[in-house]
Amino acid sequence: MSLHVPERDWYKAPAGAEKLWIGVALLWCFVMSLMMPYWHFRGKQNADSETYAVEPAAFMERTERFVADNRVGEIDGVPVVEPPPGGEAYLLARMWSWYPILKLRQGETYRIHMSSTDLQHGFSLQPLNINYQVIPGYDHVITMTAATAGEFIIVCNEFCGIGHDRMIGKIIVE
Amino acid sequence: MSLLSRYNASLSDPAAKSRTCATTGLNVCLGAERFIKLNAVSAIVFLLLGGIAAILLALTRWQAIHLLPVDWFYRIVTFHGLNMLIFWILFFEVAILYFAATIPINSRLFSTKVAWVSFAMMLVGAVMVNVIILRGQADVMMTSYLPLLAHPVFYLGIILVAVGTLIGVFNFFATLYIARRDNTYEGSLPLVTFGAAAAAIIAVVTLLHGAIVMLPTFSFSMGWTAEPDPMWYRMIWWGLGHMSQQVNVAAMVAVWYLIAYLATGAKPINETVCRAAFVLYVLFINLASAHHLLVDPGVGPAWKMWNTSYAMYLAVLASMIHAFTVPASVEMAMRGKGHRRGIFGWILALPWRNPAFSAAALSLLIFGFVGGITGVTLGTVQINIIAHNTLRIPGHFHATVVGGTTLAFMGLAYYVIPLLFRRDFIARGLARIQPWLFGGGILLVSIGMSFAGSMGVARRTWDIEPAGIYGPAAHLFLGVMGIGAIIAVAALLLFVVLCVGTVLFGVRNNGRAMADWGAAQTAPGAKETSLLHDHWGMKGTMALTSVFLLCFAVYYFANWKALADVWPVR
Repeated sequence: MSLHVPERDWYKAPAGAEKLWIGVALLWCFVMSLMMPYWHFRGKQNADSETYAVEPAAFMERTERFVADNRVGEIDGVPVVEPPPGGEAYLLARMWSWYPILKLRQGETYRIHMSSTDLQHGFSLQPLNINYQVIPGYDHVITMTAATAGEFIIVCNEFCGIGHDRMIGKIIVE
Repeated sequence: MSLLSRYNASLSDPAAKSRTCATTGLNVCLGAERFIKLNAVSAIVFLLLGGIAAILLALTRWQAIHLLPVDWFYRIVTFHGLNMLIFWILFFEVAILYFAATIPINSRLFSTKVAWVSFAMMLVGAVMVNVIILRGQADVMMTSYLPLLAHPVFYLGIILVAVGTLIGVFNFFATLYIARRDNTYEGSLPLVTFGAAAAAIIAVVTLLHGAIVMLPTFSFSMGWTAEPDPMWYRMIWWGLGHMSQQVNVAAMVAVWYLIAYLATGAKPINETVCRAAFVLYVLFINLASAHHLLVDPGVGPAWKMWNTSYAMYLAVLASMIHAFTVPASVEMAMRGKGHRRGIFGWILALPWRNPAFSAAALSLLIFGFVGGITGVTLGTVQINIIAHNTLRIPGHFHATVVGGTTLAFMGLAYYVIPLLFRRDFIARGLARIQPWLFGGGILLVSIGMSFAGSMGVARRTWDIEPAGIYGPAAHLFLGVMGIGAIIAVAALLLFVVLCVGTVLFGVRNNGRAMADWGAAQTAPGAKETSLLHDHWGMKGTMALTSVFLLCFAVYYFANWKALADVWPVR
C-alpha cells in the first residue's frame, strides 16, 4: 500500500511486537551513547584532540630545536631523537616523510605534537593500528604511552599526492 | 504564489498530457515520465563509468595484480568516488523524486522547463568534473581536502551539479504543492512519496553545505580570496559528504517499502511508526558528518560525543525501526496469503525469482547486517582510533551505498524500465540472477576491505609494500576484495547491458500489462486475509531482528575489546 494514499485513520500508536522492538532499539541506542562518556573517563584510549594553533614555519622551528636537543643517532639520513620520558616530542608530517624517527622508552608516556607543513596527512601507527588526523595550522597533541617494545611503522593514510604510499616513518620503543 | 500561478498558466495544458498505465492503472504524467527516463538513463551511464573505474581500482589494490600506475590510480579513485557517490546516486534520486511526486498522487510535474534547467546543469557539471579529472588536473580525491587544490573547473562542476539538483528538488516540492492545491489525491501522502520528501528535505540541507564549502574553495582556486581553513573545510564538506549518503538511506528505505508492496502486496503494519522513523532521519541524521572528524584536532571530546551519539543514535533508531517494519509488513502479507508454517515458512514462499524483490531483500540484509552495524561501530568516537582512514571505512560504505542503495535502485529499475519505457526486459533469466551476483560480489568486497582494514591497511593508497609490515593475511583479504569486485562489476555490466538492451530492443508492452516478474502467491487452498490487527504475529521478523541485535552487540563490544588492546592514547 506504500504506493497509495493511506486510509484516513492511519495515525495509531505503536503496539505489540513493533512497540517492543522500538523500546529495545532505543535502549540499545542509549547503551551505545553511554559507552563513549564511560570510556572517556574510565578507558585508556581516547581522542581528546588537545589542539593549538601553529604556523607551519613555527612548527618546523620547534621540531628542529627538539631534534637538535635530543638527537641520539641517525638511520638512513633521518635523525633518531629520544625525548625525555614524560616529556614533549615533535613529529612533523610533510610530503613525503615523517620527521624525525622517535625513540621511546617502554612504559613511558609522551606528549607527541603532530602537525604538517604542507597538506593534510594521516598518522597511522602500525601494526598497532592507531590513527589520528594531522592538519597544517593545527598542533595536535597526542598523549601516548609506549606500552610495548619494538619497531613501529608510521604509515600516512591521508592522500597527500603522488608519493603518498612512500611516506613511511618510524617509532622505536626500547 | 503569483509566480506559481503564472507557471501554471503557461504550462498546464487541459489536453491531458498523461496516459494510463496498463499495468498499475495509475495516471502517468508524460512530462514527469520524460524526466524520470532522462535522469535514470544518465544515472546508469554514470554507474557504468564508476563501475569501470571500480574494477581498475580493485585490481590495483589487489597487490598481486597492481594494475594501474600511481598517477592513474589516484585519478581513478577520484573519478570513481564522484561518479558513484555523487552522479549515479543524484541523477537516480532526481528520477525517484519526479516519480514519487507525480504518479502515486496522480499529479503532473510542476514544470518541464525547470526540469530541463536542472537536468542540463547537472549534466554539464558532471561532464566538467569528469573531463577535468581525466585530464589529470584534479587528482584530489572526492573529498578534495584543502590545502590540496584542483583546477577551478572541478569545483565549478560540483557547484553546477549541486545547484542543478537543488532546482530538481524545488521542482519536486512545487509538484507536491500543486498536487495538494489541485486536490489530485485525498488525505495524506503515500508512504513512498513521504519517504521521498524526507530524502528531499535532507538533500536541501546537504546541498546547502555543498554550496557553503565549494563557493569559497572555488574562489580560492581562482586566486580571488584567501585559503579557507582546512579544518573548517572538513567540517562543512562532510555536511555535504556524509549527509548526501543519508539522502540515499531515506530514498533507499522508500524503495524498500515500494518494492515490498509491488512484489508481495505488503502494507505497513503501522503507518505512524514508518513515517515517524522518516521524520527522525530528517531531524537527527545530519550530525553524522561528525563521524569523519572523530580523530581530528580542533574539535573536543564533548563535541565529538554529542554529535555522534545523541543525534546520531536517534537516526540509528530510525533505521532499526525500518529494519523491523519492512520485513514485518512483508511477513504479515505472506501470512495473510496463507504461508503460516512455523517461524520462517513464509520466507520460502517469497518471490525470490523476482529480481526487484531479491534486490530489495539483499539490499536490506547487506545494509543492515554489514553496513549499519559497521557504520555505527566505526562512528563511535574512541573506536574510530583503530579504524580512521583504514580500508575498514570503504568496507563499511560499500555495504551501505553499494550493497544497500545501489542494489535497491537496481531493483527499482526492474519495474521502472518496463513501466515507463514500456518495453519488457530482455534476457529475463539473466535479470533474475543479476541481484544475487551483485549482492554477493559487493559482500565479498566489503568483507575483504573490512578485514584488511582491521590489519591496518590504509584506504586510498596505491601500494602497501613500502611499509613492509603487511603479511599474507592482509594480502589474502585484498584478494577477496578483488574477486568480489570482479563479480560485482560483472553484475553491474550485466545490469547496464540488460537496461540499455531493454530500452533499445525490449518487446513493447504498450496497451498491456508488463511481463510479470512474479509476485507472492496465495498458498494453495488458502484465502487471502488481512492480519494487520495481529500485533504479535510477525514471529519470523522478531527472530531475525533478535539475531540482528545480537550480531550488532557482539561486533560492537568486540571492537571495544580490540581498542583496549592498543597503547594508551589520549
